[in-house]
This record gives sequence, C-alpha cells and structure tokens, in this order.
Amino acid sequence: MNAIIKQPSATLVPFKARLDAITDPARKAALGALHRSGLPDRRVEAWKYTSLRFLNETPLVAPSEEFDAAQARAELDRLGLTAGEGADLPRLVFVNGRYAPDLSVPPQNVGLSFFGKTEAFGTLSSPDRDALTALNAALATDGAEITVAAGVDAGRVLLVSLGLADEPVSFHPRHSVTVEEGARLSLICVQGGQGRYLHNPVMELSVAANATLNHVTVQTESDDAACLATLYAQIEERGSYDSFVLGLGAALSRHEVHARLNAPHAEVHVNGAQRLLGRQVGDVTSVITHAAPDCRSRQTVRNVLDGQSRGVFQGKVLVERIAQKTDGYQMNQALLLSEQAEIDAKPELEIYADDVKCSHGATVGALDDEQMFYLRSRGVPEAEARQILIHAFLAEALALIPDAMAQTLAAHIMEIRFPVTGEE
Amino acid sequence: MTQFLDISGLCARIDADGQEKEILRGVDLSIPPGEVHAIMGPNGSGKSTLSYVLAGREDYEVTAGSVTFQGKDLLEMEPEERAAAGLFLAFQSPIELPGVNNANFLRTAVNAVRRARGQEELDAVAFLKTAREAAKALSMAPDMLKRNVNVGFSGGEKKRNEVLQMTLLQPSFAILDETDSGLDVDALRIVAEGVNRLRSPDFSALVITHHQRLLDYLVPDRIHVMAKGRIIHSGGPELAKQIDSEGYTRFLAEAA
Repeated sequence: MNAIIKQPSATLVPFKARLDAITDPARKAALGALHRSGLPDRRVEAWKYTSLRFLNETPLVAPSEEFDAAQARAELDRLGLTAGEGADLPRLVFVNGRYAPDLSVPPQNVGLSFFGKTEAFGTLSSPDRDALTALNAALATDGAEITVAAGVDAGRVLLVSLGLADEPVSFHPRHSVTVEEGARLSLICVQGGQGRYLHNPVMELSVAANATLNHVTVQTESDDAACLATLYAQIEERGSYDSFVLGLGAALSRHEVHARLNAPHAEVHVNGAQRLLGRQVGDVTSVITHAAPDCRSRQTVRNVLDGQSRGVFQGKVLVERIAQKTDGYQMNQALLLSEQAEIDAKPELEIYADDVKCSHGATVGALDDEQMFYLRSRGVPEAEARQILIHAFLAEALALIPDAMAQTLAAHIMEIRFPVTGEE
Repeated sequence: MTQFLDISGLCARIDADGQEKEILRGVDLSIPPGEVHAIMGPNGSGKSTLSYVLAGREDYEVTAGSVTFQGKDLLEMEPEERAAAGLFLAFQSPIELPGVNNANFLRTAVNAVRRARGQEELDAVAFLKTAREAAKALSMAPDMLKRNVNVGFSGGEKKRNEVLQMTLLQPSFAILDETDSGLDVDALRIVAEGVNRLRSPDFSALVITHHQRLLDYLVPDRIHVMAKGRIIHSGGPELAKQIDSEGYTRFLAEAA
C-alpha cells in the first residue's frame, strides 16, 4: 500500500486540494497509483495523440450540491429529452455528477442503488493502469448502479449527465450496470451541459451469459468542457454488448472502452461516430480483448471533421492464445471537410492464437466530387448538397445502433447540435 | 441560331495526370425547341465530355466558344442553376449515394428546382404520390424509392432511376448520355417511352448513343456524327441505319 503522497505532477494541480484531503483507504489506494503515474502526457503511448493540457489551465473545484433546477430543466429541454421520442423514457438524471431525484423518473423493473450510498467500487476497472480511472476512484461522489435481474427485459433506461456550474468544476461519476443471465437492457446515455467543467465518468458493465446490453452514448457536452470517460465491459458466454458513442460536443473528449470477451460465443460491438468543428479534439479509444474462443467483435467508427478539429482513433484488438476462431473486424473512416482538420488513426492487432479471422481498415477523404456534382446537377445548391452527403455518411454509422428508438434519439440530438441548414 | 440551345466553337480540355488534353475542338450545334437530336460517334470522340461541359462539371476547362441556353450564357451558370433553368443530364454511369434515401433525394431535388423556378414546394404526401405514379410508369419496383440512391441497383434500374428523375424535374432540355447502354430490349422500350412521354413543343433532348436500336424507339429529328471533338456530319433520322451498316469510316474520311 502506497500511502506516501508525493508532490503531485503538474496536471494534477487542478485537483490538488481535493486529493490532499482524501482519507478513505480504498480511495487512497487509487490515489497512490495516480501519484505514481501522474496524469499521462503525450510521451505515454496511449496518449500520444491526445493532450490533457486542457486540465492545466484552470483549477477545477468540487461542485456544490445545489444547482439551479430551472436551468437544469431548460437544459433537458434543449437536449430534446422532454418532448418527442425520449420524453416518456424512465430516466436517471445526474447534475454535476450527483443524482437529482427531482429531475428523474426511476425505472421500475431494474434494481437500483447509488454509489453515493454504497461506495462500492467494482472489480472490472483498473485504476492501476488507467490514470483517469484512478482520478475517478479518488474523487467519485455518486453514480447509478443498475442491475437487471436474470431473464428480465428491462426495456430502455435513459441516463443523463448535466454539467451546470457557475465556476469551473470537475465531477467523477461512477456508474455500474449489471445485466444478469438472459436479461436485456437498452441503456441510452446523454451528456450535456453549459460552461467549463471536467466530466470524468467511469462505467463498469457486466453482461452475463445470454444477456444483451445495448448501449448508446450521445456526448453533446458544453463547448468549453472536457469529457474523459472510461468504460469497462465484460461479456460472458453468448452475451452481447452492443455499444455506440456519438461524439458531438466538448473542447476535449475521450471515450475509452475496455471490452473483455470472457467466454465462448460472446459478442461485442464498439461502434461510434464523431462530428467535430472549430478546435475540438475527439478521441475514441478501445481495447477489445478476446479471452475465449469463438467470440466476435465488431467496430466501425466514422469521423466528420471540420475547421481545425482533430479526431483520434485508437483501436486495439487483443486475441489471447486460448481465443481460437476469433472473428474480429475494425474500420475507421474519416471525412475531412477542411484543409486544417486532422485524423490520427492507430489500429492495433495483437494476436496470440493461430486460427483467427481479424481484419481492419481505415479510409480518409474529402467529400466526393462526383457525388457533389450529381446532387448539384439535380438542382441541389452546393451548401445543401454538402449537408446531404455529411448527413448520409453519419446516417450509415448511426444505422448500426440496434435499438431503433435510441437511433432516432441520437439522430435528433445531432440535428439539435447541427441543424440541417445554416451550418458553418 | 435557334434561340433555344446554341453551341458555337466550343473547345474544352481536361487536366489528365498533369497533362492538358484537348477533347472538344470546336463543337457547333444548335437544337431548336421541341426537337430531339442524337449524337453518334466512335469512342473517345468527346460525346460524354460535351454532356458534362453542358451540365457544368468542373473538371473540364472551357478554352473557347460559347453556349447559349434560352438566351442565357450557360457556361457562366453553376450546375444547380443550369438544372433550375431546365437542363437535365441523365448520367452514363449514375452515381451511388450511400446513406441517401432515394425518395428524399428526389424530393430535395424537385423542391430545390421548384424553389429556384419560383414554384411552390411539394409536401411529402403530394410528392410521394407523384413519384410513385412516375415510377410505376417506368415499371420500377415500388421499393426503389425506399432504397439508397442507386446503391445496389442493377444497371437497368440505375438508368430507369435517371429517367424517373428527369420526369420529376420537368426539364426543357435533357441530355441522355448512353442511357441505352446495358439495357435489354424491354428496358430500352420502357426508357424510350419515358422520354417520348415528355416530348412536346417545350421539351428538347440530345441523345448520345452508340446504337441505332434506341433510335428505333426514340426517333430523332436530327442525327449528328461526332469525331475527334467536332460535329463532322449531320443528317436526318435515316443516318442511324447508314451508320449501323457502314460504320463511321466514310464520315471520318470525308472530314479528314
């Protein structure tokens, strides 16, 4: 146990006061790891393309428990969650990382508790390896703990995070989702907010044998925020975890998924799309571990990058020696809309079994001249033709979302952020 | 001069792998209102280039000559302005648009053109009714409106989809660039009938083809022979049969 607190490394400064005040042994253990490693800089391979300098710029304090309820409701309206498709879904709303019961409609058919009460750290995450997970473990205050009992189809649950602070804050929610044997859940996470903050969630997802977890995350955080999320999924025999992240907001975002196929015939989809502009940086990172034979993994990530934005894709597929008959597929595609936009793509295959099928690929390009000319020759003005092709490129990615309502909701939130006319 | 479509001394080139390549070398062609003209000619004679230049594709650089369409300088107009002005090009190889629903595409195009022409836009219901009827007249499967534009379409389906777009956009001048290629006889007849239905004093067309077969169904008022970037011979509809039996050799020799 490393209880000696060294001088925090530079990027920990914004959190220093809070880190120094920690007394709880479990958190101290996590903190010890964090102090050993510090927050990673770009010399660390996994952070080669994404800098955490954002965190150096402002001290980030703990948010107060109070918030402006009217502002929170207005933000839910703005996200399109109070009218139309998503309005009637059971929902768990977190404001600045704390559960807000007055804004929530808890689902009836799931077991529900909160990290704020249980302080139960799960077993799937690895604070020793992942600094942002250590930071979360040190500073987590609340989070949803959802359990779907064996054989139950729990339908859809909306998990909303709002960042709404008057001063720069950081919040570190700790969520866990357990889908027991043969059960089903469609989890839709929507993240939004106003102003400057760091949202640093950790989510542990446990999918039992024959269970299905469909999971869509729509990240439409404040333009001035950072969202650094780490997800850990473990899938058992014939279980399926189908995830999709749609990254639209935040100055800096990273969506990092660690998925472990733990027993034969388990399946995982780690799909996503990003649409960035200005100086946004959006990072989609994943490590998919095939730890059993006969499992399948699928990954398609599409990026639309405008202005001086930068997309990062890091996708690692690790096939352990035991994982024969692995079927893996990975594809990263980028549409660059400006000369200054950039995509950094790093696919990695690490294979120790000898009878596997793994493929990966990447494409980068601009809008297709022939397609543009075809549309314009039919009378569609240039700006509208561009919008149609951008929309089509992303629509094909969104079509990977198996839950039709989640797909519609994600498309709707994208339209709120990027109205079909009047972009740029 | 016809006051409808007048092409005069048109020269155009393309930048191919860093080399300027002259393709059109002085095309003179006039099409009066209400007439269907055909262009025939050997491969590489510039037929498709002419159609692209008229539609406004940017890869081609016009180096000389003029094109007047209904009194306006066509070459000054953006492709979408040409479409709004009544020009339509049926592509030789229609472009696939993955992720773009065919019905939405058609409605967007129709309404963009209607807007530009100062006409009222069609709502979804009215549009779908019109589109379904037009598709049916071309013997198109109803699901082709629901699919993505040209994605997974057979060659024949793509060509019919071009004629469907033409029908809905109501052009005053259509260029059909080898719309007959890859079609069986039945499909050819359906496509030709689709064009014939549009024939009126307010509709002209330029039909580019290699085969006399299409012209049996779609009888042109005039036929032009194009070679080496120029129109080298013009005549009546009987020219098609002559070319079919004798080839282009005689015209090429005369022009040389």
